[in-house]
Amino acid sequence: MQQPWITLRLGQTSIRIDRRVPFIFVVCILATLSAMVINIGVGEYPIPAIDVVKTVLHIPTGEEDYNFIVNTLRLPRMLVAALVGLALGISGAIMQGLTRNPLADPSIIGISSGASLVAVSILVLFKGISSNYLPFAAFGGALLVAFAIYMLAWRGGDSPIRLILVGVGLGAITSAATSMMITFGNINDVQRALIWLTGSVYARSWGEFWPLFMWVLVFAPLACFLARDLNALNLGEDVARGLGSNVTYKRGLLLIVAVALAAATVAAAGTIGFVGLMAPHIARRLVGPDHSGMLPVAAMVGALVVVCADLVGRTLFAPIELPCGLITAAIGAPFFVYLLWRQRKS
Amino acid sequence: MGTLHTEALELAYDSNVIIQHMNVSIPSGKITALIGPNGCGKSTLLRGLARLLQPRKGAAYIDGKAIHQMPTRELAKQLGILPQSPIAPEGLTVMELVAQGRYPHQSWFQQWSIEDEQAVEKALAITGMTEFRTRPVDALSGGQRQRAWIAMTLAQETPVILLDEPTTYLDLAHQVEVLQLLEHLNKEQGRTVVMVVHDLNHATRHAQHVIAMKAGKIVAAGVPNEVVTSELLQEVFGIDADIVPDPRTGVPLCIPYGLKGSSAGIKTTSLEAALANGTTS
Amino acid sequence: MASATVARPRGEMRFVRSRAALLLGLLLCVGALLLAMLASIAFGAADISAATVWQAIFAFDQSSTSHLIIRTLRIPRAVVAAIVGAALGVAGAMMQGLTRNPLADTGILGIETGAALSVVCAVQFLGISSISLYAIFAFIGAALTAAAVYGLGSLGRGGPTPLKVTVAGAAITAFLSSITTGLLIFNQRTLEEVRFWMAGSVAGRDLKLLVQASPYLIVGFVLALALGRQITTLSLGDDVAKGLGQRTGWVKILAAIATVLLAGCAVAVAGPIGFVGLVIPHMVRFFVGVDYRWVLPYCALVGACFLIMSDVVARLVIRPSEVPVGIMTALIGGPFFIYLVRWRVKR
Repeated sequence: MQQPWITLRLGQTSIRIDRRVPFIFVVCILATLSAMVINIGVGEYPIPAIDVVKTVLHIPTGEEDYNFIVNTLRLPRMLVAALVGLALGISGAIMQGLTRNPLADPSIIGISSGASLVAVSILVLFKGISSNYLPFAAFGGALLVAFAIYMLAWRGGDSPIRLILVGVGLGAITSAATSMMITFGNINDVQRALIWLTGSVYARSWGEFWPLFMWVLVFAPLACFLARDLNALNLGEDVARGLGSNVTYKRGLLLIVAVALAAATVAAAGTIGFVGLMAPHIARRLVGPDHSGMLPVAAMVGALVVVCADLVGRTLFAPIELPCGLITAAIGAPFFVYLLWRQRKS
Repeated sequence: MGTLHTEALELAYDSNVIIQHMNVSIPSGKITALIGPNGCGKSTLLRGLARLLQPRKGAAYIDGKAIHQMPTRELAKQLGILPQSPIAPEGLTVMELVAQGRYPHQSWFQQWSIEDEQAVEKALAITGMTEFRTRPVDALSGGQRQRAWIAMTLAQETPVILLDEPTTYLDLAHQVEVLQLLEHLNKEQGRTVVMVVHDLNHATRHAQHVIAMKAGKIVAAGVPNEVVTSELLQEVFGIDADIVPDPRTGVPLCIPYGLKGSSAGIKTTSLEAALANGTTS
Repeated sequence: MASATVARPRGEMRFVRSRAALLLGLLLCVGALLLAMLASIAFGAADISAATVWQAIFAFDQSSTSHLIIRTLRIPRAVVAAIVGAALGVAGAMMQGLTRNPLADTGILGIETGAALSVVCAVQFLGISSISLYAIFAFIGAALTAAAVYGLGSLGRGGPTPLKVTVAGAAITAFLSSITTGLLIFNQRTLEEVRFWMAGSVAGRDLKLLVQASPYLIVGFVLALALGRQITTLSLGDDVAKGLGQRTGWVKILAAIATVLLAGCAVAVAGPIGFVGLVIPHMVRFFVGVDYRWVLPYCALVGACFLIMSDVVARLVIRPSEVPVGIMTALIGGPFFIYLVRWRVKR
């Protein structure tokens, strides 16, 4: 009988992965790369796809301007978009796996709104401050709220359901505080804050890319490293404990990874909602629920979603640009309905 | 191999002490059934034995080693636990579920050894789940689903298996199916099985050792013939029951007739109390 | 797993038991409400002595600025706060009884956000700029969102479980507020116009607005209070209520209408004010028990007191400027929500 997975063994070392993973993973990477190339080519100053590739690879194309437009203006934006999607995909997959709730998402529970509150407060209260500090502040806000959620949900043990509900509650409080800022701030500051709130990769440069890249470089592999533990936790706390998993420690570690990734995205691009909700579901459909294969695929699907959302946002009402967070919300909400609808059948 | 015992064990949820100063030993290589009324602490005891619940005082031991001091992964190679009605994530196939049972035997570098594969195949074969291996767990019938979970516990290859109400929510045929499987595991592989059961006749029919509990205390323990008597049923459950020998096997068979003692009939509850409890959901 | 049980403590504590005590408590609440209203009228940005307040009410002098402030600003404000608070308290209790969800609230379930989006759309696309017209759109938005959240939350296994309805509310909030922000980014004028309304406030509301809303409010209150007994039965669960011979379909529809009328009018008059509907019913049930024939009138009175007092505090914390009361209630109610989750959600 054909096994549903591929096994690689080398001496004592062995790895097992779902049969569908390699092919789908490669397809997702290719799709994301193509979407990025198309997105870089589109704009006020259109560039043919082949020239985009050439310019990125520093092969002369004969056009002087291409290098500036592609490598300085559009490429970092695209890379930020892809990394944001990637991080959100993994973060959402971890949250859903940990809470055993298919509806968990960093933007639905309060983490993103914590980041928003800090960022908006800074934009509104400290006029002269350089927006370079914004990402760090947002990151701090997200971590702080995540920590508060965990502490408040902890009661002699952690419960996934309490975690979600406390997240919703804290989200409501921080949103109220945010709307206070919006009410009292100078109208121009408020508008800047709103753009940030919606989530956008507009005008992101290498300056935003590198810090995000470092975070993803550390935490994305760590997530994949913990995939086996996530699988065990996904069976429920008692079963996982019975299987010999150090539940509290592993769950805490996974939560830190999820929050760090979500916070990094908020810092780089504001709150881009629903990607963390959608990507894991699509990945699960493609390669099944085993996280060792599902996490990388969710990451790539997330990247694809954000890059495409940005593309749509840029082209739909050109020359006006819609923030890509608006697009992901517009796709994400019906997706959410679909998820609830599907649950009804089982 | 596979003897469990407790010394002065105290188990509690929050401030709610369920079990106090419990000394119990569970024979190895036998099927032991824990029986008792709702809330008597039998599931709590099982959870304490499986280190799902940290003891307030005292300790539980497996082969003389304190369970709560063992590295959890080491214990998972000695003792498997199947909690009450576990739920598998959507879309997880039977084989993926059973493969999870190998978790304590794996490391990051050794994710799928030959032994892992063999253990999973064996567990699937024993439980008769081989033909369903690629089916999602949530698409199976109740009995098949329970067998899949038992297969996961088997793949863990532990000498001791604890099960919390393995037959709950199953129809009669599926109950028999699961109990016969457990009996088979015990006979053929010599595994120690400890289970919480509600049906007394299941306990007497399939277990070689019965522990009757009431209000966090052990009332009686021993072979079914000695433990399950009319007097015990009256004391533990407050019921009036006859014990007759099972016509085929001779084990005690319990036929309840009614409640006995002071609590004859149903206590009248006020509408208010009913309302207050009714909203508890 | 998408279902959760939110446990209520068994044998919930009750301090007031006998009918006489319940009636007496109700009278005490009325007294407290009157005191709160007086406080609301007496405190404010301008310092006005208690004697002047008294005169303004009973011996009105048109030429006195203080008297004018009392008559045209503070009294309407106190009245609006009382009525909105009462409506929100009753609506919250109805929602919690109807969905058997102790976490139900207009703010948590996204109904406020729906109203806000509707108003923003009205301002942006129809160029509407009067608060009384906001009210109509807020009402429509609130009703639609309430239906959507409840509908979404009841999809899937096990019907509308607290967890699912709450998460559906959070998702809808995320979605709608993202659209709202999206609209506001492109139009500063709209933003300028609606942002204070969006924070929720009972200040500067014309009594005429209340008069316009009063038929709906009255129907809502009467319907809600009349349904007390049915809600009590329904809060035992659908199947139980059916088994007791209740026509649950009708009761639910009527209760939903009452809830939407009350919550919708509250949003329409005062803008989004969250958490009153969450906090008050819990407080009331703690003292009064679970019989909705008593819970509902108590919720109305206590809700009114609570919103008036929140409004007074909101006026005093950053004098002479003031915090919108909707933010104030969220800052009081949010922690309460977390407290509920922390102590009532067992696993």
